Amino acid sequence: MAEKPVLHYFNARGKMESIRWLLAAAGVEFEEEFIASPEDMAKLKTDERFMFQQVPMVEMDGMKLVQSRAILNYIATKYNLYGKDAKERVLIDMYTEGMTDLNEMFILLPMASKEEKPDKIATIKDKTKNRYLPAFEKVLKSHGQDYLVGNRLSRADILMVELLYYIEELDASLLDGFPLLQALKTRISNLPNVKKFLQPGSQRKPPLDEKVLEEARKTFKL
Amino acid sequence: MAAKPKLYYFCGRGRMEAIRWLLAAAGVEVDSRWGRGRRRTTAGHLLFGQVPLVEIDGMMLTQTRAILSYLAAKYNLYGKDLKERARIDMYTDGTMDLMLMILATPFSSPTNKEGSYATIVQKAKTRYFPAFEKVLKGHGEDFLVGNAFSWADVQLFEAILMVEELDAAVLSDFPQLKAFKARVGNMPNMKKFLQPGSQRKPPADDHYVKVVRDVLQF
Repeated sequence: MAEKPVLHYFNARGKMESIRWLLAAAGVEFEEEFIASPEDMAKLKTDERFMFQQVPMVEMDGMKLVQSRAILNYIATKYNLYGKDAKERVLIDMYTEGMTDLNEMFILLPMASKEEKPDKIATIKDKTKNRYLPAFEKVLKSHGQDYLVGNRLSRADILMVELLYYIEELDASLLDGFPLLQALKTRISNLPNVKKFLQPGSQRKPPLDEKVLEEARKTFKL
Repeated sequence: MAAKPKLYYFCGRGRMEAIRWLLAAAGVEVDSRWGRGRRRTTAGHLLFGQVPLVEIDGMMLTQTRAILSYLAAKYNLYGKDLKERARIDMYTDGTMDLMLMILATPFSSPTNKEGSYATIVQKAKTRYFPAFEKVLKGHGEDFLVGNAFSWADVQLFEAILMVEELDAAVLSDFPQLKAFKARVGNMPNMKKFLQPGSQRKPPADDHYVKVVRDVLQF
């Protein structure tokens, strides 16, 4: 029996969370090794498994994969969540690249200083409401299908729904006026694997709160 | 005969340059579009209101990495199987991180620039170049993945040239990369792209920065 993938990261969402979502949606069980101490951090510089001395790193199928996009691409292809041909694949890539840009803003937000935060939040809300959600609502409207690409579940739907949850956490009213995206969120959340991942006790990580961040700052001397 | 891909961007490197390199490496001629007419043509086609935009195979493609992946697959520069593809993705994502640092620097404040370039050269010398030196040393082959020329080689070559523009001696401790650079630079399509008159763009100058800031309003 194949070994489970092992995810190396902090015990936090960050850039690993989308990988957790995709594996979960694909019904793939995985293990996690957390970077929890300065010694763990120091190992990144010398441990050859980390090609660019960074995490995320996922050990799977005999490889030590780094770079979140490379990891997501591999998982999506392996588990048939990447469209049926090159044209569907490029559409999925276009959409997920846009989503990733927005997701990065969410990932970085907890790191912003008290002075910077209101501006950053305003930017996220503006981009969400005026650039990204309209684009994806338009895609769904254009074909009237249940999924973003090719009338079939793909990584684009999974990442979209992950992002919709973050948007909702920030300000639920941002989803007003995007009925098709709300329906997508409900539909995808009801898929058995996703439903399971959304339950308490799964490997899904909570938002970073001030206390956890303070602890991390102390531990890693940031 | 297929129409040439049309590239819509500013008249400078930016995020389009990696795409220009890949098309050149594949021996594909392109049509470049920039200037005043550009915004009229691109209106309605920019999924997230951003360029690069590449018109190819009846599609209007945006998002740099989506475009690069599509082209790599189309022109057989993406490895022979899923595992080779994964390695190519890892390597190109790594070099893209390095190149994006360089691309962003002209837009940072003047007092920060010197510091930024020094940091970038440091990162190249301590993180990125050692990783690729090790890959090449490890298998002793001419190219990074699967003993065949791929997108990963094109982008590493581009990244090396960009860092050399910041520090000409940066490869002095990396004999594998030096040999790699000479080898790849001698390939006919690459050689052609390095000649004056090709679609290759010069580094960002003050004028370019001003135009981009004006158009993108930041």
